Amino acid sequence: MRKSADVVIRMQQGSENIKLLFPDRIDWDVWRSQRSDVPYSEDVISFLDELSNALLHDKNARSYPDVMTFAFFCRRANIMKCKEQTAIKELRLGRGVLFHIAPSNVPINFAFSLVAGLLAGNRNVVRVSSKEFPQVDLIVNHLKSFSETNRWPSVLQRIALVQYERDDQATSFFSSFCQVRIIWGGDATINQIRKSQIQARSFDVTFADRYSIAAFNANEMSDESLSSLASSFYNDTYLFDQNACSAPHLVVWLGSAKNIETVRPIFWKTLHDIVKEKYNFQPVMSVDKLAAFYRQAVSMPMKRVETEDNLLVRVRLDNLSESIEDYKCTGGYFSEYIADNLDEVAKIVNNKYQTLAYYGFKKEDLEEFVSRNQLLGIDRIVPIGATTDFSFVWDGYDLIRTLSRVITIK
Amino acid sequence: MDITSILNIPPYSLDKKEKRDLLNSCCQELSRYHYDNCDLYRKMMDAVGFDVEEDTDYTAIPFLPVRLFKEFELKSISDEEVVKTMTSSGTSGQSVSKIYLDRDTSANQTRALTKIVSSFIGTKRVPMLILDSSNVIKDRNMFSARGAGILGFSMFGSKKIYALDDEMNLNVPLIRDFLEEHKGETIFLFGFTFMVWQHFYKKLQETGYRPDLSNGILIHGGGWKKLLSEKVSSVDFKQSLNDVCGIPVNHIHDYYGMVEQTGTIYMECECGHLHAPAFSDVLVRRANDFSLSEFGEKGLLEVVSILLHSYPGHVLLTEDEGVILGEDDCPCGRKGKYFRIEGRIKNAEIRGCSDTYAARF
Repeated sequence: MRKSADVVIRMQQGSENIKLLFPDRIDWDVWRSQRSDVPYSEDVISFLDELSNALLHDKNARSYPDVMTFAFFCRRANIMKCKEQTAIKELRLGRGVLFHIAPSNVPINFAFSLVAGLLAGNRNVVRVSSKEFPQVDLIVNHLKSFSETNRWPSVLQRIALVQYERDDQATSFFSSFCQVRIIWGGDATINQIRKSQIQARSFDVTFADRYSIAAFNANEMSDESLSSLASSFYNDTYLFDQNACSAPHLVVWLGSAKNIETVRPIFWKTLHDIVKEKYNFQPVMSVDKLAAFYRQAVSMPMKRVETEDNLLVRVRLDNLSESIEDYKCTGGYFSEYIADNLDEVAKIVNNKYQTLAYYGFKKEDLEEFVSRNQLLGIDRIVPIGATTDFSFVWDGYDLIRTLSRVITIK
Repeated sequence: MDITSILNIPPYSLDKKEKRDLLNSCCQELSRYHYDNCDLYRKMMDAVGFDVEEDTDYTAIPFLPVRLFKEFELKSISDEEVVKTMTSSGTSGQSVSKIYLDRDTSANQTRALTKIVSSFIGTKRVPMLILDSSNVIKDRNMFSARGAGILGFSMFGSKKIYALDDEMNLNVPLIRDFLEEHKGETIFLFGFTFMVWQHFYKKLQETGYRPDLSNGILIHGGGWKKLLSEKVSSVDFKQSLNDVCGIPVNHIHDYYGMVEQTGTIYMECECGHLHAPAFSDVLVRRANDFSLSEFGEKGLLEVVSILLHSYPGHVLLTEDEGVILGEDDCPCGRKGKYFRIEGRIKNAEIRGCSDTYAARF
């Protein structure tokens, strides 16, 4: 008798390969049968504020700018601002259990995904990257110390952080009882995870491979602004190896020929100085970029722009090809195009386009650009420097609304 | 200079100046030829702004990353002229390089290999002991760089036997009879570095069989990755083999080569240095800006070969790192550059939200 009971429990736990990071123990049957909460509940907001405080005062956390950004994001003032922007008028409750699959190469992403899930009123199983990241440990440690001092039990019991190497059985286990599965990590990961079924009423929120671009209006660029602009652009690109879905690969220049001719070299030179100082350039990237360059060269007319070294590679395009999105490379590789107007860009935009980062355009003009061209893609248009800012509206999803359900009463 | 006279140049006889002149004239001609005959090469050169009509030092000719041969059919001949397609080794699922050879290129590669190897084992064919299983050339699924290497080197053997049976065990009776029959003659041994270690050296050590190979000359290649993980150095490798079969340590020669430039291999001399023959050259470049490294400075290896007519592979950037140790002054007496391989360049660790290794999921 005893033996078969063990077997049953093991089956319920999904897979032996699952490492539970938080909490220490879990009975999944009990865990998943908890109730949902309303969006932006006071408990969750207070919990996040306290977590933010704990992180901001943690000496170990200070050396991780991404943890600091997360801590600032979780402050009550910011969450209240988000709440106001979301402006939920209708009656809503969390959908139930969310199964988050975080990307393997962005340590802190799991935490933002979790916060969205909690604020929408759900229980959250979060599969964090199987790589070891100190940022993950930091957050887990704070959750544990909350738990030990019995702070926010009602919120903590809605959090389960798991870690496992490639394991379809574990994925299938969590997929079998989640209401929403949130898949980060791009196309290949999405296809892999989708081999595991979810229930009929459940659905996936997927963050697929995307393509992002930048547009500069040279007429609005001054020598004084270039330095901070280059620094912001560095954060948009090199900070995540130009591999974040929001990182621009194509740079479109607008404005008078004279202004472009003046500011463009200074902009790249300034950026290059920053890259030289800050970026951890890996030797193989030079080969990657060269191969990417030749790959692109066989498919479209283009010219290499002379740069000082391989830290920054620039390609000049004579016309905009629809296939430009296929020719990108990580670690500082940019295609450039001089356009007469933004509408030229509209022609190549498809639903793979995510972020348009801009400098020197009016918000009204950009709105007009989107509606006039009835764009097939581009989900966010943000100033240069803000491409990686997390927001509850991401990739075209309003996460709080998507992750909660509406109850109508008439 | 036509290719026949070039191939008659003793492979380690040209000094720096003579070799530069030869490489310059041949490479310029090859760049022009490939530019006119390979559409993809032309687009690449146009994009990089390289003018093939100008006289350019061979060190300034744009190099193609070898991985492009995995993605594109790069060839400067018509399909009808292709007599042989070589593929690189690669574990299943990995893409492989495809190299298209016409009759001339294939013949020139063989002739270059003959010249190079002859300068180590002599011009006469000698009895050959292949340190592998004959399965490697029988089984078409296994036919790879290993099989091609064995076939390529087999032309130096008069009589050939395979030292390993189908189960990769030492065929002791066969080896014993073979060595008895060829007592006193030079024996040419050939195998892949790891196979030699795993299935020849280790088996000899295990079984206690001690063949007399004091007349042996071993040529081996294929890389040190697996042996380095077992912490076996080149010196250990030679000494260990000497211990079990008496082969002189200065008769053990590693070589470096790749399917993208078959034939022009880089042989290890008695002093343990890899040597560039007259028909090819190595350059070492800094990854940072692709400028040329100083001698003694580690960087990415570029290989230049003047034999390649059927595809634009005359100037290639490898993914191996190496160090040039000197030129024209190796104590072994061979002219040309000599160098050392430092292993394969490390894959990038990339941040960002698109997973780089989906296999982890």
